[in-house]
Amino acid sequence: MITTLLYSMTGLILFAMGLFTLIIHSHPLRKILAVNVMSTGVFLILVAAAYKPLGLGKIDPVPHAMVLTGIVVSVSVTALALLLACRVQETSNLDLLERRKQEARPKESNQ
Amino acid sequence: MTAFQLAAPAWMIVPIILPLIAGLFCFLFNRRIFAIALTAALANLLGVCILIYQLLFFGPMRCHMGGWQTPIGITLRTDGPALLMLLTTAITGLAVTLYARGYFSYRILNPRHAARHQQQQRYFWPLWMLLLTGLNGLFLSNDIFNLYVTLELIAISAASLAALSGKPASQLAAFRYLLVSLLGSLTYLLGVVFLYRSCGVLDLDLLQNLMQNAPGIRAALALMSIGLLLKTALFPLHFWLPPAHANALAPVSVILSALVVKGSFYLLFRFWFEVFTPIITTSALNFMGTLGAIAIVWGAIQAMRQPRLKLMVAYSTVSQLGYLFIAFPLTRIDGNIHIWGIVIFMAMAHACAKSAMFMVAGTVFLHLGHDRIKDLNGIRANLPITVFAYGIAGVSLMGLPPSGGFIAKWLLLSSALTSSQWWWALVIIVGSLLAMIYVFRVMSHFFVIPEDYAFTKPTPVSPLMEWPALALALISLLLGLAASWPLYILAQGNVVLAQIFPGGLP
Repeated sequence: MITTLLYSMTGLILFAMGLFTLIIHSHPLRKILAVNVMSTGVFLILVAAAYKPLGLGKIDPVPHAMVLTGIVVSVSVTALALLLACRVQETSNLDLLERRKQEARPKESNQ
Repeated sequence: MTAFQLAAPAWMIVPIILPLIAGLFCFLFNRRIFAIALTAALANLLGVCILIYQLLFFGPMRCHMGGWQTPIGITLRTDGPALLMLLTTAITGLAVTLYARGYFSYRILNPRHAARHQQQQRYFWPLWMLLLTGLNGLFLSNDIFNLYVTLELIAISAASLAALSGKPASQLAAFRYLLVSLLGSLTYLLGVVFLYRSCGVLDLDLLQNLMQNAPGIRAALALMSIGLLLKTALFPLHFWLPPAHANALAPVSVILSALVVKGSFYLLFRFWFEVFTPIITTSALNFMGTLGAIAIVWGAIQAMRQPRLKLMVAYSTVSQLGYLFIAFPLTRIDGNIHIWGIVIFMAMAHACAKSAMFMVAGTVFLHLGHDRIKDLNGIRANLPITVFAYGIAGVSLMGLPPSGGFIAKWLLLSSALTSSQWWWALVIIVGSLLAMIYVFRVMSHFFVIPEDYAFTKPTPVSPLMEWPALALALISLLLGLAASWPLYILAQGNVVLAQIFPGGLP
């Protein structure tokens, strides 16, 4: 029972830490990592939920299936988030470059 | 051969599996991409009609996937609210499919960006079909974990669709949209875990029987509600909606605004009024109603202040979603069935009217190359059908008779007054007045033709871009006249309502 509780508490703490980072930090990569930490926390609680005390012998298989599905979902979502973050970075950088060009041009003509 | 009979519950998988297959085909075949999507949208509508036929003649059904019974297997079920939401999705989806065809054809005609638009179209169709799969799965699922999977499916496809436009603003909005959706899904999943640890089952029917006022269940309710509220964009959590909806391509805005937010709302409503009913307190209901009231006023004020048409329509979504939450505190008196009627009506009317409005905004944007409200003068001369559709959709948003919005607001008003909670009635009236202001503000620009207006020869807009908007607007208007039909479908299999109206509904 203590072990289950320990795993569950760890999972909750991970979830809370991830949430905190997601809100506080503005860097896209940090946000994606924070979401991953959060999902890991949830999965940890799920795995702990599979344990059945009192020597029932069997481990509940349903949470395991849920964790597996959750991991698949989490991987694909992370891939999409990374792709979008890269796109944001590229497009915003292009903007920056163009702005710099436009700022540079009048100076050149003045000289 | 039982699987092919009309009474077989296996028909339930049709609206889920069909768009999924169509989405895969859209990825594989480049040529007949629109034909595939249109076939899927039509077949989806047909499948939903068969399910409604089943409901009317055989009552609500359960389908155990793969023959696995509960508590291990996943169950699908049909009932009145689910089928009405499916029907709304199917009709709006068909209109969006046609509109998107016209939209992309028009944009590809422009030689400067033809390659880019062709690529957008290539990715739009499979993602839209995937989103349709997720939505249909959401309305049909009866298993809280399966619901999580459909939520994620919707989040992934919706965020990818929002990013399609390629503009820097839309990329950023889509990234934030994805993160917010993820946060919502994870919070929901944490709630599912709490619920599973407390009850040990995932099926909604079984959960309903096991409901009790335990700390774990209350925590689960709170977590799941917060997650879903974040996805539904109720007032303090609405920050992501306007940029994501307004910066997307026009057909995508239609889908996001009309269908995606309704999915998570439907789920929230089902949880509150079917599963968790015994542990919901009056103060919780009032809290939701208050947030809804603030959303109505705040969204409407923001909509009035927007300089761009698409942003105005997006903020109007924030405002209209508030009405759905005003229904929460009115349940204690009227019971659940009445409230299902109000909410489903509101959702149907808003889905049709709002998609028509976003279609109009998209058409105007393509026609003029901008959507600044103050420069829209005289557009009525060039796009009469589109402007007409805008007017009718506006009538439904304001809630003038005989539109579906009127019926929903009338039901809300009468429940608020009969339960002597007059303050909600006040909010509803103020919200309608504000809606009138923001709708008419654009309308005045549409209809005023300035003195020095040069009647340029209008660029022909594809009829596929004008007529679906008008059709949806007319549906939202005429919904009020056919009000007994949705209520009749809702009453099927609903014991309480069937007792109130024994010989069918008036």
